[in-house]
Amino acid sequence: MSTNREFFYRKLHSLLGVIPIGAFLVVHLLVNYQAVYGVERYNQATQFMTSLPFVYVLEIFLIYLPILFHGIYGLYIAFQARHNTTTYGTFRNWMFRFQRITGVITIIFIAWHVWDTRVQAMLGAEVNYQMVADIVANPLALILYIIGIVAAVFHFANGLWAFAVTWGITVTPRSQVISTYVTLGIFVVITFVGVRAILAFV
Amino acid sequence: MSDNKVIRLIIKRKNDVNSPSYEETFEIPYRKNMNVISALMEIRRNPVNANGEETTPVAWDASCLEEVCGACSMVINGEARQSCTALIDQLEQPVRLEPMSTFPVVRDLLIDRSRMFESLKKVKAWIPIDGTYDLGPGPRMAEPKRQWAYELSKCMTCGVCLEACPNVNSKSDFMGPAPLSQVRLFNSHPTGEMNKAERLNTIMDDGGITDCGNSQNCVEVCPKGIPLTTSIASLNRETTIQSFKDFFGSDKI
Repeated sequence: MSTNREFFYRKLHSLLGVIPIGAFLVVHLLVNYQAVYGVERYNQATQFMTSLPFVYVLEIFLIYLPILFHGIYGLYIAFQARHNTTTYGTFRNWMFRFQRITGVITIIFIAWHVWDTRVQAMLGAEVNYQMVADIVANPLALILYIIGIVAAVFHFANGLWAFAVTWGITVTPRSQVISTYVTLGIFVVITFVGVRAILAFV
Repeated sequence: MSDNKVIRLIIKRKNDVNSPSYEETFEIPYRKNMNVISALMEIRRNPVNANGEETTPVAWDASCLEEVCGACSMVINGEARQSCTALIDQLEQPVRLEPMSTFPVVRDLLIDRSRMFESLKKVKAWIPIDGTYDLGPGPRMAEPKRQWAYELSKCMTCGVCLEACPNVNSKSDFMGPAPLSQVRLFNSHPTGEMNKAERLNTIMDDGGITDCGNSQNCVEVCPKGIPLTTSIASLNRETTIQSFKDFFGSDKI
């Protein structure tokens, strides 16, 4: 890997966005969705997640390090672009722009979210329904949470589309159009799960 | 009738590489069937601006005048295109002319496209057949494949795709869509294919294929209708496979 370093980093960036980060996002939002069925169900689910064996190892290698790499390298990519949607206002060019905007929103959101939950847990707070309910009791925090969730899900869904192109899975224009619809559907479904779940804490 | 009709042109000018750019307005007499080139020739014939002041003629580049050489690309009313096929009758007035912003401006509308030619040299966008002895006839190319490859060969290095690409700019060293598509063209040629791995490895280097961010502007703006994004996606597949071959160890070719 002496040469082709950028090739390796970009491919790694693309892969990490789906596995493990994308997979983690889906699992996370599904666990949150347990709150829709009641406080007890949610507390049981978080209990299960936080009591997994080797939980710190899992967190570091499957969540923190991948997100740090994806986020920091992603910022470098995002600020390299010179956006030109005013001149070239096509759908894909807007998606290109939104992908970078939502990426930046998501990383800011995650930093705040980790501070609010994981860091507080390390400082002795208990992770349960009440913790999240306390956070979103503030209407501004709730709005910011919803923005963060929608941005993260958009970034993931549109990222799946780009993943398929980047790895040479969807080559023809037709396959790329169909994967646009598929990822759009994924965006709608997961956004519902995420937003419905956070509203269950209100 | 059309005797006193004039064409108003607002041109973004620059005296040399290091001087600041400025706008100058020109009014030239209308003639039938003019294109941007003939309007610029009129200014060259009589270099007087709209205020009636004597000025320097506007510099621009052109060669074939039939949209196959790519030399006369500029931004016309906000859209990067060839000035030879930009007909005055079809343009909104005043006609705004600017040099393409992705390339260094030599003077006025004259730009330096050498970065594209350097990229073509880098990826070896040719069929290597030179040697010290006669290599004999090469393998035959199937007719349907030749017809398909002909579409890719229409690239005239005009630079419009680089101009439209948000990832081609001073902050990145991305070579842009045009040279990438040429890799696909020469890798599909039966003789060019013999250097396939070498070309793929070149575009896997910094500034190569992974800098593409899939905004897909290139395929929208290409004046020759080259399927640039299909070329890039296809090369994504090829380079992915190549990287596996390179890392896990298989025949490199």
